[in-house]
Amino acid sequence: MNKFNIENLNIWLGSTQALKDVSLQIATNEILSVIGPANSGKTTFLRTLNRLNELELSFKMQGLVELEGNDIRKIDPEILRKKIGMVFAMPLPLPLTVFENVAYGARMHGQRNKKKLFEIVERSLKQAYIWEEMKDRLNESAFKLSGGQQQRLCIARTLAVEPEVILFDEPCSGLDPISTAKVEDTMVELKKSYTIILVTNNVKQAARVGDRTAFFLSGELVELDSTQKIFTAPVDKRTDGYIRGKFG
Amino acid sequence: MRKIKEFIIEKLILVCGLASVFFVVLIFIFLLKEGLALFKIVSPLDFLFGKSWYPISEPAQLGILPLILGSLLVTFGAAVISVPIGVGCAIYIAEVAPNKIKELLKVGIELLAAIPSVVIGFIGMVTLVPLVKNVFHLPTGLTALSGSIMLAFMAMPTIVSIAEDALYAVPKSYREGSFALGATHWQTIWRVILPAASSGILAAVMLGIGRVIGETMAVMMITGNAAVIPQSILQPVRTLTATIAAEMGEAVVGSEHYFALFAIGVVLFVISFIINVSADLFLHRNK
Repeated sequence: MNKFNIENLNIWLGSTQALKDVSLQIATNEILSVIGPANSGKTTFLRTLNRLNELELSFKMQGLVELEGNDIRKIDPEILRKKIGMVFAMPLPLPLTVFENVAYGARMHGQRNKKKLFEIVERSLKQAYIWEEMKDRLNESAFKLSGGQQQRLCIARTLAVEPEVILFDEPCSGLDPISTAKVEDTMVELKKSYTIILVTNNVKQAARVGDRTAFFLSGELVELDSTQKIFTAPVDKRTDGYIRGKFG
Repeated sequence: MRKIKEFIIEKLILVCGLASVFFVVLIFIFLLKEGLALFKIVSPLDFLFGKSWYPISEPAQLGILPLILGSLLVTFGAAVISVPIGVGCAIYIAEVAPNKIKELLKVGIELLAAIPSVVIGFIGMVTLVPLVKNVFHLPTGLTALSGSIMLAFMAMPTIVSIAEDALYAVPKSYREGSFALGATHWQTIWRVILPAASSGILAAVMLGIGRVIGETMAVMMITGNAAVIPQSILQPVRTLTATIAAEMGEAVVGSEHYFALFAIGVVLFVISFIINVSADLFLHRNK
């Protein structure tokens, strides 16, 4: 069953067209890697799925994006974003304690019960494999954590609202190799229960983590296939050039 | 030749830079010299906490407690009115308003800041004072409340523009992080943006209050100028500033009264100094 159905999606940010006639389906419980050079529209694509682009005033959209058969423009953005969590490129903890960062989403969706909140925080931190490191630091400011810990905290924070889909926007671009490996392990583990869309600049990461890989170039979806196929026998010459590091 | 030119310009700029500090120090020394002379005649405690201000009776009674309380009451009233409205306005401009309305509001706020205080006082006198009188059935509408309301207008531009800057300074990432978790716009403002901007907003409030406490003309025109300890906000009061402005012309140079007015100046100076320093502390707390 498909989680997302995207048809003829065109996006403009100001006068530039960021996405050109993109159509694709994303299956439930798969990891879809999205690769492409800078300005290829991959982040815009990601931010369209949870309607975060709409915060930009100059944003214009044409085409159809369906989440389980429902047009996302007809879904309340708050409900949509609860279902579709997002982890950003830079670790972005809120200016709150570790505990409050993770509890934030649940609180915003009306959870007041302290015991429940604690359960949610513990479960989410465990899911993000950071509970052991965090359990004695719950009341510290999230800014005191290392970059890798902050990023895994942000994953935990996203998990806390029990999404169905998690969007990762270059989640390891600011991290060292060890933290990157931890985050990648987390993603593979999360795949069991979530649909994951991973935008990455790191071609090798896409190859390691993704079930399928999509290659974007200048706003177009050039090729989408199983990760193995894309990395061994790409159909399009441009895909081949990019993954071999000839440009981008 | 070019070197000489550089040298002269550098020194000129240095002089300009030092001038402001130099003048502040000069003014403060002069204030202190004239103000402290009073304490040879009246003890500082009697001056600060004396309950009656009759500077030209025989013997003169120079207690400024009613004036301090008058200033505090008017300032407190103005803060109660202007802080919520001002911060609300800043939130609207920074977070909610579409571009066109934003521009319009900013122009409006700048214009509000540009109105001379005597005009505010004058308008308050002919419009607000009769209104307060009728609404509360008072013998006179020249009350602390009238002063507070008009001063709130004068504090608003300061509060709005500084609070707005503080809100703009909140990283966009906080906003997106909160939205991405499914928080609503208001939840994001209330739980993330306001706390993140809190030190700047506090500074805005302090500077707004500083503006109010130093204001003279408007309060003199609409607070009734009765130097009695106020029992309610619906009574006439007299502020520190208005006292100096009203009486300095009549005080005999070198008299107790004259020194007392300078001592009031010192008190005001100290109060504004404290307010400005604490605003500064709030502004730089996060840096």
